[in-house]
Parts: sequence; structure tokens; C-alpha cells
Amino acid sequence: MLEIKNLHVKLEEEDKEILKGVDLSVEAGKVHAIMGPNGSGKSTLSYVLSGRDGYEVTEGSATLGGKDLLELEPEERAAAGLFLAFQYPVEIPGVGNMTFMRTAVNAQRKARGEEELSAAEFLKLVRAKAKTLQIDADMLKRPVNVGFSGGEKKRNEILQMAMLEPKMCILDETDSGLDVDAMKLVSDGVNALRDQGRGFLVITHYQRLLDHIKPDVVHIMADGRIVKSGGPELALEVEHNGYADILAEVN
Amino acid sequence: MALPEVKQSATEARLASLSLPTAGCTRDAREAALARLREMGLPNRRDEYWKYTRPDTLVQPEAPKAALFTADEPMMFDGIDRLKIVFIDGVFSPEASDDLSLEGVQIERLEDICCKDIHWAKELYGVLEAGGQQPVARPLAALNTAFASDGVAIHVTGKPSKPISLIYNHDSESSDAFLHHVIRVENEAEVTILENGPAASRFNKCMEIDIADGGILHHVRAQGRDHERRAATHMFARLGAESVYKSFTLTVNGVLTRNEQVVELTGDDAVAHVAGACVGDGDFHHDDTVFITHDAVNCESRQVFKKVLRNGATGVFQGKILVKEGAQKTDGYQISQSLLLDEDSQFLAKPELEIYADDVACSHGSTSGAIDETALFYLCSRGVPKKDATNMLTLAFLAEAVDEIENKALAEDIVSRLEGWLKRRS
Ligand SMILES: Nc1ncnc2c1ncn2[C@@H]1O[C@H](COP(=O)(O)OP(=O)(O)OP(=O)(O)O)[C@@H](O)[C@H]1O
Ligand SMILES: [Mg+2]
Repeated sequence: MLEIKNLHVKLEEEDKEILKGVDLSVEAGKVHAIMGPNGSGKSTLSYVLSGRDGYEVTEGSATLGGKDLLELEPEERAAAGLFLAFQYPVEIPGVGNMTFMRTAVNAQRKARGEEELSAAEFLKLVRAKAKTLQIDADMLKRPVNVGFSGGEKKRNEILQMAMLEPKMCILDETDSGLDVDAMKLVSDGVNALRDQGRGFLVITHYQRLLDHIKPDVVHIMADGRIVKSGGPELALEVEHNGYADILAEVN
Repeated sequence: MALPEVKQSATEARLASLSLPTAGCTRDAREAALARLREMGLPNRRDEYWKYTRPDTLVQPEAPKAALFTADEPMMFDGIDRLKIVFIDGVFSPEASDDLSLEGVQIERLEDICCKDIHWAKELYGVLEAGGQQPVARPLAALNTAFASDGVAIHVTGKPSKPISLIYNHDSESSDAFLHHVIRVENEAEVTILENGPAASRFNKCMEIDIADGGILHHVRAQGRDHERRAATHMFARLGAESVYKSFTLTVNGVLTRNEQVVELTGDDAVAHVAGACVGDGDFHHDDTVFITHDAVNCESRQVFKKVLRNGATGVFQGKILVKEGAQKTDGYQISQSLLLDEDSQFLAKPELEIYADDVACSHGSTSGAIDETALFYLCSRGVPKKDATNMLTLAFLAEAVDEIENKALAEDIVSRLEGWLKRRS
């Protein structure tokens, strides 16, 4: 589903290469996890895939279901089925959370040539999904992420994901800032979306999340590359021994 | 002090084509205004108060031509039940207007009050304008008092069931109109005044508002829609104790607009909110000039002005809070912000505070910025097309000003007008 080949990315503004040849392939129905030291390029990878400005791809490719992602605008990537749950969800004063989600859902439907949801249909859907994530009516009414606690912001990301039903979900440290109960809620939310047609790329520092969302493959990213891939046991190894051994081994 | 030669000749050149209406009770007020005007002279661009807005076209003898703009969008406030008073190129149109009778309010045409010996409006016409000439001269308002050709006197004694809607239509490409309204809101009375329409090629409008103790006046104005039209407007408001004055203006078109608000809080516990939202493109020039004087205890004033500018448009804000000696417990707030959608547009702001009391809380801020790229990316990453996302963020930017409108239906009308403008131009 998601195919990344030899992806090299530098900053647009300065001559600094951040991704130095990433190879990664996530199949439909699978959950892949990426772990790796701070600053290794995990968020950069997620931003480049979703089309954020400021990066320049100098080599390599990234496709989603055969479509060249790098050619598309961010909104076209979203309509093609890509979703990124941000490491730092953005606060947008003055834009209601509900209005935002409805606009997004309908924009994607329109782009795909599907019928838009009516206000009533949308409301019914969002209420039901919000309930399972324990997001109350007040949070739906407030401006997007404004004044939300760290954990509330992360739950709001998952709510958006549930509403948009993307094919390929990238979660960038969605577990950070979550208390134990919220971690369970969010994981349940993610697991509910797991199915044959959907792929996940879960970026995390901790095994804890992977206890709930069981990955099929775990990758270790270091200095802009995937340096090692393996099964769930790789995450446990990192949890116990840190990255030193793995990095020493690959160097 | 004698007027500089240039100013005097420019003023006389303008006056040459105008004549004072002959009869009527406002005659004295008009003559006094004319004398005031001759003393101060019409503004030119050397005047400090006109530093950011060139008054030339507002002052020159002939009104510059302004093409009528025909868009198939509905008129503002169309869906709102209201009492309509229509002016065409500055002249009252009885045919286009509703019957002026409504419980709780007496509405008369200015020329009709002139036939009566005793009338409340005589105590108001030109009075607040004259008072508002200190400490800053507002010559265009004096010009208006002297030469206003039409207008209404609105006396609010109760709580009329619907808004009074002043509609200004523009019919001739070279109309030069002066309108002057006087409004008195009595104790415990409450009214909503609406204004909309392009009015004339060149429009000079003055409104004097006297709100007695406990009176409430809401004012919502939409200035549109002919792009080439010019307007200079003044709102003079005097507030009694525990009275409320809330004014909001939307401006979506016009090569030149100068809106002055001169508000005096003269009774304790009074509240004055003035707000504005404007969106402008190209040769659009929009100036909000506000002067709020606190002259009583425990009063609140708020100024919230937001401007969205692009393709070289210019926004100006000059806002002052003057807190007089003894005006303790004043709560004054002022914010002016612009969203510049490109590098050609500019925002010029001059916020001022002048405080002579010691127990006051006043704050002011002014910012100018571009669209938040991070927020834009966030919206787009959820599938919202960039244009729509930009429009959403633009509306969000304007929201603080629009939120000043208390009446939800009116606020929605304003928002949908803004949405329409943004959509048409994106
Ligand atoms: N816009 C930018 N300007 C300068 N440096 C940048 C920029 N974006 C990324 N970097 C640098 O690129 C490297 C990778 O950053 P990135 O955020 O992708 O790391 P990460 O793996 O997500 O780290 P963390 O685990 O801390 O979230 C870091 O050294 C970071 O400082
Ligand atoms: Mg990161």
C-alpha cells in the first residue's frame, strides 16, 4: 500500500539532509511501528509523506496504492487516503472543531466523487465516534485543539482519523502525553479501525503503546535511515537495552 | 490662527458649489458648522490626522465617478424583519421605504422637524459633532452638518419590535451625497439600527447618537458594494449612565472608506463597544479612526478591528482611548489586527492611550501578520483544499470582531457575506 524507496530529503532552506535513503513498505492490513532516537527523522518522514512545505525530496519515491504521493498537494494526499496524526496537533483559534471536521470529511468525499454528508448525518456520526473516545460535546464545539490538554489533543486526532476513515494512517507519537486510561481508549480507537484494507505506521518511543496496538513489523530508524527491521520482539529489545546495541551492530 | 493659504483656497473651492438650505430650524446649527469649518479648513494630507489616508478625493469639489457594481448577490439583511428607510443617492425615497410608524419609536425626516418650533432633535443636531471637534478637528463632519441634504431623526422611547434599517442605494455614477441622522434613545429604551448599501459615488454621512441613562443602542452596518465608491462617515455617540452602545461595521468594498467613531462616556457604568471587520483587495483603502473618551466612573470600552488585505490593499487604524481625570475604574480595551494575504498589502496603525486617572485598566495591541502556515497545513492535511482552508482561517481571524454582534441572525448574515466575498475572490 505505502511504498517508500530510497527517499532522500533535505531542508529547503539549508543544505541539511535529514532523510538519507529510507526504504519502507507497509502492506494493507498490517501495522508497522517505527522507533528510533530523537532527531532521527521520524516526524520528518511523516511530514514529507503528507506534503508539508519546507522539505525537498532529492532522490527516491513514495507511492500510496500506486499513486505518486510526492506529486500531490497535501489535500490530494488526504483524499487519496493518507492520514497523519500529528506529534504536535495544531491549535486553530476561531475554527470550530465540528465545522473543521465536517469540512474535511465532505471535502474528501467531494474529491473522491462521493456524496457529501448532510449536517444531520455528520452530527450523528461524529457524536457516536466521539463517545467511544470519551470526547464530550464541549470539546466538539470548541475551536480546534484550543485549550485542549495534551491528551485531549491526541484523542481529537484519533477522532479525526475515525471520521475520515483513511487507508493509510500514520500516527506520530500519539501515545505521548496520554495517561494510562487514555492510552487504552486511543488504542481501542485504532484497533477498531484495523482491517484488511488499511495500513498503519505507528511512530513511538515506547513499548507500552505496542502492547495495545500489536505491530506486525517494527523498524528502527537512525540518522535518516531504517537501520533494522524485525518482529514485535525488536520493540522489546529497545525497551530493555536502548538503541546502543542495535546502532553498534549496524555500524 | 489663520488658515494656510492652500487650505483656505481648497476649502473655498469646495464650498463654492454648495449652498446652505435656506429655511428650517437647523439653519443656526448649519451656519455655526459652516463657520467652524471655515476656521479649521478641510483636511489635506499634511494634517497629522490624515497622515495615512489621503483626503483629496473626499475634499475636491466634484465627486469622482463611481461605476455601479451589479452583482447578483442578495442585499444585506434581506432575510431580517426590519423597518426599511431607503435613500437613493442621498435622497429619501418614500416609495421604496416602509411606513415609518412603529411602536416605541418616532421616525421623522429631517426636513419635517424643521417645520416644528420645538423638537428634541434641534437640541442634538450639530451639537455632538461640534463637541467632537475637540481635541481633534473633524472638518468633514462639520461640512456634513452644514450641508446635509437629508436624514432622519429617530426618537426611541420604548423597545421597537424590529430593527430600523437605513438603506443607501447608489443610482448615479457621480452622486455626491450628504446624510445626517440624529438619534435619541431614552431611559430604558432599546433599539437596533442597521445601515447598508453603497450610498453614492461619494458619501458623507454623519450620525449623532444621544443615549440617555439606561438606554441601549445596537448598530450594525455593512458598507459595500460598489467598488469605486468613496465614503467618509462619522458616528458621534454620547452615553449616559448605565447605557450601552455597540457598533459593528463590515466593509467589503470601496476604493476609499474613512469611518470615524467619536464616543463619549459621560455617565457612570456605561459600556461602549466599537468593532469592525473589513476585507479588501487591490486599490481598496480602509481607515478606522476611533476616539473614545472616558469621562465617568466604572465605564467599559472595547475596540476590536480586524482587516484582511490583499493585492496591495491598505488598512488604517487610528484608535485612541482618553481617560479623563476622575474617570476611575475605567476598563478600556483596544485591539487592531490585520491579516496580510500578500506582501503588497499594508496595515498602518496608530493606537494611543492618554490617561489622567490612576485606577484604570487599559490595554491595547496591534498586530500584522500572514496566514499561519502550520494551521494551513494542518487543515490541508485533513483534505481541505488550500483555498478553502485559507478562507476558513481568514474567517477565523475576523471572528473576534464579528463576535461583537450580539444578534445571532445579524452575525450570521455578516458571516455569509464575508464567505461570499472570499469565495468569489479565491
Ligand atoms: N525545519 C527544520 N529546520 C531545521 N532542522 C530540522 C527541521 N525539521 C527537522 N529538522 C531536524 O531534522 C532532524 C530530524 O527531526 P525529526 O523531527 O524528524 O526527528 P524525530 O525522529 O521525529 O525526533 P523525535 O523523536 O524527537 O520526535 C532533527 O535533527 C531536527 O532538528
Ligand atoms: Mg518526532
